[in-house]
Amino acid sequence: MSMLAEAPLKNATPTDQELIDFVVREARLIDQQRFDEWLDLYANDAFYWMPLEWNQTDPRLTCSLMYEDKLLLSIRVERLKGARTFSQKPKSRCHHVLQTPQVDSRDPTANSYVTWTPMHYIETRMDEQTLFAAWATHHLSVENGRLKIKLKRVDLINCDAAFGNIQLFM
Amino acid sequence: MTRYAGNVAAIRALVRDQEVHRDVYVSEEVFQLEMEHMFPNSWVYVGHDSQVPNPGDYFGTTIGTQPVLLVRHTDGTVKVLHNRCPHKGTRITSETCGNAGKFFRCPYHAWSFRTDGSLLAIPLKKGYENTGFEQSHAASGMAPVRHVRNYRGFVFAKINDGGLDFEEFFGESLSSFDNMIDRSPVGQLKVAGGVLRYMHNCNWKMLVENQTDTCHPMVAHESSAGTVVEVWKKAPPGTKKPMAVEIIAPFMSPYEFFENMGIRIWDNGHGHTGVHHSIHSDYSAVPGYFEKMTAAYGEDRAKAILGENRHNTVYFPNIMIKGPIQLLRHFKPIAANKTLVESWTFQLVDAPDMLLERTLMYNRLINAPTSIVGHDDLEMYERAQEGLHSNGNEWVNLQRLYSPDEAGQTNVAVNGTSEWPMRHQFRAWTKFMTMGM
Repeated sequence: MSMLAEAPLKNATPTDQELIDFVVREARLIDQQRFDEWLDLYANDAFYWMPLEWNQTDPRLTCSLMYEDKLLLSIRVERLKGARTFSQKPKSRCHHVLQTPQVDSRDPTANSYVTWTPMHYIETRMDEQTLFAAWATHHLSVENGRLKIKLKRVDLINCDAAFGNIQLFM
Repeated sequence: MTRYAGNVAAIRALVRDQEVHRDVYVSEEVFQLEMEHMFPNSWVYVGHDSQVPNPGDYFGTTIGTQPVLLVRHTDGTVKVLHNRCPHKGTRITSETCGNAGKFFRCPYHAWSFRTDGSLLAIPLKKGYENTGFEQSHAASGMAPVRHVRNYRGFVFAKINDGGLDFEEFFGESLSSFDNMIDRSPVGQLKVAGGVLRYMHNCNWKMLVENQTDTCHPMVAHESSAGTVVEVWKKAPPGTKKPMAVEIIAPFMSPYEFFENMGIRIWDNGHGHTGVHHSIHSDYSAVPGYFEKMTAAYGEDRAKAILGENRHNTVYFPNIMIKGPIQLLRHFKPIAANKTLVESWTFQLVDAPDMLLERTLMYNRLINAPTSIVGHDDLEMYERAQEGLHSNGNEWVNLQRLYSPDEAGQTNVAVNGTSEWPMRHQFRAWTKFMTMGM
């Protein structure tokens, strides 16, 4: 599968390799700042969750660093293009180093696939470069022959540390 | 080189009626003097007593840069102790919060202390016989902060003996705490949801000033709130407005909105924006909440409590509260150019969970290091921290709507875009900096 274009699944049920390729491609789209294509990987009812608490289970009554639906994610993407987005003048850049995603569960009947991906994420702006270590959990499903993200959960190893600005997507 | 230590005239000269010298933000010496004088002379927020519900519970924090512990003593009262072993100075607790049991035990030499700080035991005590130990500082244990006040759950402490008493320091400003607490049908708040921690490479006062700066939202936040407004316009007609849009969109209100909302000035640097209305005024009703409030307080009183829409109440020197959404921000100074911002959220005891959900969403969308609104602000603070090193102009202008007779006035409501609150904070700054110097 080409990393540049999104290909439909070969069969109704994704293979492990197709799940892995999808997760890798998602990270690449962020690194290449192809945010509109990136947003298209998310289902309309998707959430992007970055817990504030170690082993957090509740995104509603416990605070998170991010718990955003597709509307909020699209606002972030639009904001990055804005002429008066001063915290992005100059722009941030980022870089993902992923371990090979592991397929934790596959349930074709429920149309539910879960992968787990340890990663390092580097965000940089001007002279500052910051390294984050995290685990990304993708909950995926098949819609019209393509994989979509239902939930992406990013658990930072130091989720409760005091951070400066984290501006892009892990 | 010391320029300001012991020099009251030089410190006073940093603050003029309509401008302040850049050294209040960039000078490490001024910062050290704030830690030695201004913070110890003020009543500084320590924590909320719901963080230490049981005897032996403790919470570690700072007053200025001094480490202290908020502790629930065995008799049920809360104490504030200097977090330092009287022996060698070791910080007593290894975690920020926990339970000490019946006593604290220093991890270095096992000196132990009751939860009011008094010395309980020392190993090999014989070695101190005939040494005059009883007269030493160490014999009195972990030093308590002597002036502590628990105001309806909110614990404040003053390190120095001089200065103002609690009522004199806060005066009428406590009405903002009252309103936030009264929003619970049983008049009680509880820390809930976790604390957001955000590191800022700028002076702590820039954050405090920004809480009453109503001329920046529609400019600095055009990137975040402006984008929310634009994206939301494209939603299909009839779509229910999401809670997130209700929270962020009002930041784009026009100047007129902020002018009319008003600012109130109290003594000693305190004050609040949102005298008449605020960015919190138009939140959707939470099902079942008003009924509970009416049952608890009667309809008129319930309406009066919920009709207050104070936006940001600044308690000098370094906290801000938002009554309508039960949030407290603590601006913790670390260095002249470094500040830790802690954003704490509270649950209204016996109120619907949806209120806490909204509070947490607000905190996440506005105050998180991952928040786009927070990015807008921090970018401006850090640019100011750098720009102030320019020798082109050593002064920061705080002149907007200045009036020569304003210095002695208190409890007045003025135009919501006035920089009076900032001038007022700096008058308090000079007062508590030089008090007893």
